[in-house]
Amino acid sequence: MNVVPAYQQQTTDVRQRFDTLKQRDVTLQVQNLSKSFSINDGTVTALSNVSFEVHRREFMTVIGPSGCGKSTLIRILAGLEFASSGVVKLNGEQVSGPGPDRGMVFQTYTLFPWLTVKKNVMFGLRNLGVSDTLAQKEAMQWIDLVGLDRFANHYPHQLSGGMKQRVAIARALAAKPRILLMDEPFGALDAQTRAKMQSYLLEIWRNIDITIVFITHDLDEAIFLADRILVLKANPGEVQELIEVPVPRPRLASQMLETPFLSTRQHIGELIHPPVSEEDDLPGVIRMTPVGDDVEPQW
Amino acid sequence: MSQPGASASLDQTVVATASTKNQANSRDIPLVKVKDPWFVPRVGLSARRNRVLGIASFLLPLLIWFAISYLPFLWHPNIKITEPGDVSYFKAGMQIERERFESEYAKLVTSGGELPQGEPSNPVYLPAPHEVATALYTSFTTEPRRKSEQWFHESLWHSITIIFWGFTLSSLVGVPLGVLCGTYAAVSRLQEPFIEFFRYLPAPAFGALAVAILGIHDAPKIAIIFIGTFFQQVLVIANTTRKLDTALIEAAMTLGSSRLALLFKVVIPGVLPDLYRDLRILLGWAWTYLIVAELIGTSSGITWFITQQARYKNFENVFAAIIIIGIIGLVTDMLLARLGRRFFPWDRSGDKQAAHA
Ligand SMILES: Nc1ncnc2c1ncn2[C@@H]1O[C@H](COP(=O)(O)OP(=O)(O)OP(=O)(O)O)[C@@H](O)[C@H]1O
Ligand SMILES: [Mg+2]
Repeated sequence: MNVVPAYQQQTTDVRQRFDTLKQRDVTLQVQNLSKSFSINDGTVTALSNVSFEVHRREFMTVIGPSGCGKSTLIRILAGLEFASSGVVKLNGEQVSGPGPDRGMVFQTYTLFPWLTVKKNVMFGLRNLGVSDTLAQKEAMQWIDLVGLDRFANHYPHQLSGGMKQRVAIARALAAKPRILLMDEPFGALDAQTRAKMQSYLLEIWRNIDITIVFITHDLDEAIFLADRILVLKANPGEVQELIEVPVPRPRLASQMLETPFLSTRQHIGELIHPPVSEEDDLPGVIRMTPVGDDVEPQW
Repeated sequence: MSQPGASASLDQTVVATASTKNQANSRDIPLVKVKDPWFVPRVGLSARRNRVLGIASFLLPLLIWFAISYLPFLWHPNIKITEPGDVSYFKAGMQIERERFESEYAKLVTSGGELPQGEPSNPVYLPAPHEVATALYTSFTTEPRRKSEQWFHESLWHSITIIFWGFTLSSLVGVPLGVLCGTYAAVSRLQEPFIEFFRYLPAPAFGALAVAILGIHDAPKIAIIFIGTFFQQVLVIANTTRKLDTALIEAAMTLGSSRLALLFKVVIPGVLPDLYRDLRILLGWAWTYLIVAELIGTSSGITWFITQQARYKNFENVFAAIIIIGIIGLVTDMLLARLGRRFFPWDRSGDKQAAHA
């Protein structure tokens, strides 16, 4: 008998959501993407044959063990790195090099320290040739949206980490990208700020026409935010599974204790950390004899 | 009192609230002294300690100078003759080594005759603080010995103009070139290997060449300052530019910046505060080339004044000139630092060592 696992059981609402989602245009198309780096003693394959599609207004998170090539993937999508082979298409057009149609929020703080919050948000608009007065007006709307209107004339060093990342999001969105690429943007934040930022981001995403690819190594974050989760595995970085999150929207913290969320969490947990048995030969792991409880302290 | 640490910090908060609420009362409450260590890596000191140490850094060498000058039992290797006595070559006011004085003295004691008198003194090249203090004033008011020679303030001004032009010309070329080297690998590869080689050639070695090409007046002197500053400047500025976080450039690229905009709107504003700091340090180096530069061709400026005064054995004037150079350097740097804080309000790196209290 073949039982459908709990994380694949979708309520009618959720199934309908995915049906409409899949009928939308494909915003981002990744085909057979591979990337290897040559280092002093050979090559490292960071990504191997990665293919997936992201639909318009979809929120996709990417999760996988450290070093599986998540950052490499998103940097290729942004055009900051070139693929060894394969194609990335945005709205059907092949991507070559960075451009304002793909906004990016980095894990490290990359606000321009010499510009105020407002000038930072205006940066992309000015590059697009928007006049100064209009750019100011639009920038203020974005700053309002991330709730930082009181800090418009502050310099980045006067903001907290969470505020900086909110400005970074506003700055990226102000340049009117088709897709927003985020590489562990909340990785450096404490749990509380992080939870707030997740709600913020979902709220913004709900209100504007933007597609998001979001990298994280945090299981809860990946599930809480996503429509679909791209699970990568390491050595070489390959797509392991593309999971449709069965949790209905709008997302609330209380859902994190309910079956759809928990079953998904358990499933991804098993994908990322497969159970290790004693006999498994883990390269690089030193087996040690456990110290018994009756050992006298030696210091 | 099982936890003295905890109770102490409690008292402290009580004191803090009491004293902010009622200033007059704060005198009655004993303040809890918290131990504040002096030596913690990378941690700044309180404003008070900063001030005290700043003053002490000048006071210490001054104290040594005072002690050597005014305590006759410290150093004082010479005897200044007050009464020549029966020694034929002694004259009043003459300085002579202590051993020589003592042997002549001993000779006279055995042979009989009028004994010479003298007092311990330091060599002429170490004038006492009060002599230098007067010279700080009189060097400005003393007329030059010959009509053709310059007053002290004129020599000083001449030196300042030489530094100014040498440094400005060097910066006009060196700063842009350094920024380009730090930004574009192609420019760096084309320029830096040669500059690396050239910077090891001592600037003074070009003195004769500079005079042959540029004549004996100010031009070769400016050229020496230029050569001394320029090559270091390009390398220092290129390195500073390279330290700019690549992520800032990448962020700008994802925001649609053109290649040219990356240079003018990201790299240059991004490194400006650090460039400014570099220039302040390089300006100090330029002063060290001044002495060489001014000895080239016709000797001029402050160096001329110093050598001239040393020849006349007016060492208090020599010291006065040296101190004035130091003061000019210190004051310009302090002014530039203050201006820098005004120019670059976002720059935090200057605050790291600042007061934490
Ligand atoms: N510039 C580079 N040169 C050589 N190897 C690289 C380079 N960048 C990444 N790699 C390699 O590619 C692999 C994937 O790196 P990547 O940074 O994409 O991992 P990641 O999934 O983002 O990891 P993390 O979760 O720790 O951020 C790693 O094995 C890494 O060593
Ligand atoms: Mg990464």
